[in-house]
Amino acid sequence: MIELRDIHKSFDGRAVLKGIDAVFEDGKTNLIIGQSGSGKTVLMKNIVGLYIPSSGQVLYDGRDINDMTKKEKALIHREMGMIFQAAALFDSMSVLENVMFPLDMFSDMNEADRIKRAKYCLSRVNLDGTESKFPGELSGGMQKRAAIARAIALNPKYLFCDEPNSGLDPKTSIVIDQLIHSITAEYKMTTVVNTHDMNSVMGIGEKIIFLAGGKKEWEGTKDDIMSSTNETLNSFIFASDLFRKVKEANK
Amino acid sequence: MFLTDYIATFGRYLQLMWRVLAIPERWRMFGREYIKEMANLGVDSIGIVMLISFFIGAVICIQIKLNIASPWMPAWTTGYTTREIMLLEFSSSIMCLILAGKVGSNIASEIGTMKVTQQIDALEIMGVNSASFVILPKILGLITMIPFLVIFSAAMGFIGAYATSFVGIINFDDITAGLQHEFNQWYVWMSLIKSLFFAFIISSVAAFYGYTVEGGSFDVGKASTNAVVSSSILILFSDIFLTKILS
Repeated sequence: MIELRDIHKSFDGRAVLKGIDAVFEDGKTNLIIGQSGSGKTVLMKNIVGLYIPSSGQVLYDGRDINDMTKKEKALIHREMGMIFQAAALFDSMSVLENVMFPLDMFSDMNEADRIKRAKYCLSRVNLDGTESKFPGELSGGMQKRAAIARAIALNPKYLFCDEPNSGLDPKTSIVIDQLIHSITAEYKMTTVVNTHDMNSVMGIGEKIIFLAGGKKEWEGTKDDIMSSTNETLNSFIFASDLFRKVKEANK
Repeated sequence: MFLTDYIATFGRYLQLMWRVLAIPERWRMFGREYIKEMANLGVDSIGIVMLISFFIGAVICIQIKLNIASPWMPAWTTGYTTREIMLLEFSSSIMCLILAGKVGSNIASEIGTMKVTQQIDALEIMGVNSASFVILPKILGLITMIPFLVIFSAAMGFIGAYATSFVGIINFDDITAGLQHEFNQWYVWMSLIKSLFFAFIISSVAAFYGYTVEGGSFDVGKASTNAVVSSSILILFSDIFLTKILS
């Protein structure tokens, strides 16, 4: 479980996060949603330890990541998998080498077992046959799936996804969403997804946190969204005609 | 303002180097990267180093023969001067200035691209010391390969000088006599020692500019240019001190 307590973050005196409290439970797909510039990515970087909050705590099973020693921090990072907006696969390595990378770095498996595990992870995300390809030879959706395979190679406890559907067509986005959702349940991970894709929100949002202007404006499930009376949330979620019509139909 | 900026940048450079000079987490992975960088930064530079050194050796020889040599000077003067220039300055300092352009921009743009495409963040999230994993093999790889490049450069310079004898500019035996005249072995060591310092400057400064990139492809290009300019200036300055200390 990940708990955020009163997270504040400022850059050069400009407050980006203004007191965020949240709890992300195990085995659930937790979504952080909000407009561009609302502080989603900064919040995620605070959660994973890439940024240190100006004040507040990020607790992993009760332990604040920013109070951990360097060694403890490295260990908790090994329990994390992350999928970046641009996949962030290593250009100079093949797909198989990318997926094997965390295993090469941190596991004591022999080479045959590492290859076997990496190939299993690739088949789990339906990327069989791409082992020898390089990231530049893959489509955007395939890169994201390869990134998921790399993220789950070490059986992480926590999975973070920063706008995993960015730049993907709606059909591929659904495939990625379902993959994240099913892997979360399969590995009983705590998954946190940053998104502003409404299909993701309505598809996999077991717990949703809505950020606006650096504050937590609303919290609930995808079912709660339909009945929400929060105007800021409604103006964000139901900005498109399609979703407005869906809401009308649900009334 | 300029001075405080410079001190702040130097402080950040030292902080980064402190992270870089950490014991590798996995020697197997470090070894793989180290060999890759030796090939990438060293072996891939042999061609350009040999080509430039050959022609510079030949041109130095021709210029000295045409502009300095006279009946009042010994016949070995041309070969002797060519040897001293190649050993003392060209094969170490000037060759490293050339490498600052080729290798320095390569390192800065590669690491800069990794930074802006979040590959560095990905390493950090995995719990890898990204600075050490990415930069240390490059620094050690170039330091390992630079003595070979210096030797190849000097050798090709001499071959270039000899080549001028085949077009009738200078006598073959005069070059041989000049190259052998009062040979001081220390000059070779001096050249090698200087090149080791320059290799560290090229790789660490370029890595610093690449690693601290913020923004996009425009900033990567800017970092690459800054890396080449800064490492070239540092090479020129340190050349003065090293020459003074080692002479």
